[in-house]
Amino acid sequence: MLDWLTDPFAGGLMQRALAEVLILALACGPLGVWVLLYRQSYAAESLSHAMLPGLVIAALAGAPLLLGAAGGVLAAAVAIALASRDQRLGGDVAVGVAIAALFGLGALLALSPDVPARLGELLFGDLLGVTGGDLVEGAVLAGAILVALALFHRRLALSVFDRVAAPSLGARPTVWELVLLALLAVCTVAAVRGLGNLLVVAMILAPGAAALNLTTRLPVALALAAGLAALAGALGLVASYHWEVAAGASVALAAVLVFLVSTPLGRPNSLSD
Amino acid sequence: MRVEGLAGGYAPGTEVLTGVSFALEAGTIAAVLGPNGGGKTTLFRALLGELPVRRGEVELESRPAYVPQTDRTRLDFPVSALDVVLMGAYARTPAWRRISRADRAAGRAALERVGLADRGGRRFGALSGGQRQRVLIARAVLQERPVVLLDEPLSGVDAASAARIETVFEELRAEGRILLVATHDVEQARRWDRVVCVNGEQVAFGRPAEVLTTDVLLRTYGHELVVLEGGARAVAVEHHEH
Repeated sequence: MLDWLTDPFAGGLMQRALAEVLILALACGPLGVWVLLYRQSYAAESLSHAMLPGLVIAALAGAPLLLGAAGGVLAAAVAIALASRDQRLGGDVAVGVAIAALFGLGALLALSPDVPARLGELLFGDLLGVTGGDLVEGAVLAGAILVALALFHRRLALSVFDRVAAPSLGARPTVWELVLLALLAVCTVAAVRGLGNLLVVAMILAPGAAALNLTTRLPVALALAAGLAALAGALGLVASYHWEVAAGASVALAAVLVFLVSTPLGRPNSLSD
Repeated sequence: MRVEGLAGGYAPGTEVLTGVSFALEAGTIAAVLGPNGGGKTTLFRALLGELPVRRGEVELESRPAYVPQTDRTRLDFPVSALDVVLMGAYARTPAWRRISRADRAAGRAALERVGLADRGGRRFGALSGGQRQRVLIARAVLQERPVVLLDEPLSGVDAASAARIETVFEELRAEGRILLVATHDVEQARRWDRVVCVNGEQVAFGRPAEVLTTDVLLRTYGHELVVLEGGARAVAVEHHEH
């Protein structure tokens, strides 16, 4: 059994893939808990999809995907802000319209004859293609997210727990909502190369949701989410190796599996206990 | 604290409260009476410095502590009662430092003061409404601000919680703090030191015996007021839209 678990990581490709998912897990897990507590799951889904045009343009231009992802997130933020200015649309409708437009534009660009055959890589990630440089970039971004979450912990908690009294306690909720969205954007940019535009959201949300199923203490939930994301990442890679399926998709499904297993074990945060 | 000619609203040209002027000395409990939509929350937001549009003068030693109604908090948030009380120390604790031992001890003492010493480890959302309200008051105690604003802290709480909350109010008054308590309970307001009546504007301010007349209450509550026993008692009836 132990060999079945360790054999996949004998080679350099899989070792780097494992290092990448473990690094991403440290940021995605705890951030996911905050995203769920702030009820911003839709924003997480939207941000990752909306960056597709940026990724495709980077692929067309031969530029680093990280740069394309950052540009894509920025464009998405501007598009959402512009759509939100139309008073006839609700906030969610504005986001939905902007995201659908950007994802459609990304798909249109990706289907042009000049695009290299990397659309699948953009949508579903390429964990096995991770380089040493990618690992360094991922570690820097994940480290920055972790430091920010640690420093901002109390303000983030105040802003979501007690929005009305938060200013008198030292936190402005509108500011900290934006900070959380900015951290979500950075995390999405960091994770999209390995996990892909369509799958990254699973690694952010599913371990966080599982952790909130299993504990009623926030610090425990944050640590547990990182551990569960790492577990899902490792299990996904093992499954990918043995069953010869796509690594990013395996990791995403393993994260969802972790959530499904956690569900019957109790929902101590529900209002009925 | 002193308020002079205070007016404000949520957008330019749409003031929802005007002409508020009063002064309160240290060690005072003042009731803020008014109908729903009459400006009680707007007054509190103005005193907290959170109103987008504000005219007039407010003299305060420091920003007030604020106790919201418990149903305005997120009950599914994974925190214990003690965690919530310790939020009262966040503003004075640098982000990179742990909450000090002194503040932790003060937090436990505040919980004991509201009669919840044995509930510190319980999840906040699992407490009863009255217990949650007491936890939020303990948090305000830990903030150690001279002025505390409380938004209907006795609405819908059980009798035991209400009695303990009123005792804490008396203790805080004895310590020299100023409490501004938004309430619909006219009889409760009679027991306190001052009353501010608002209904879009300040209707009256003064000692309860001088202010709480049928005329003032009718001007404050309009059709929401029910006068009982030939004018000897008056009850403000809350209207809720469902």
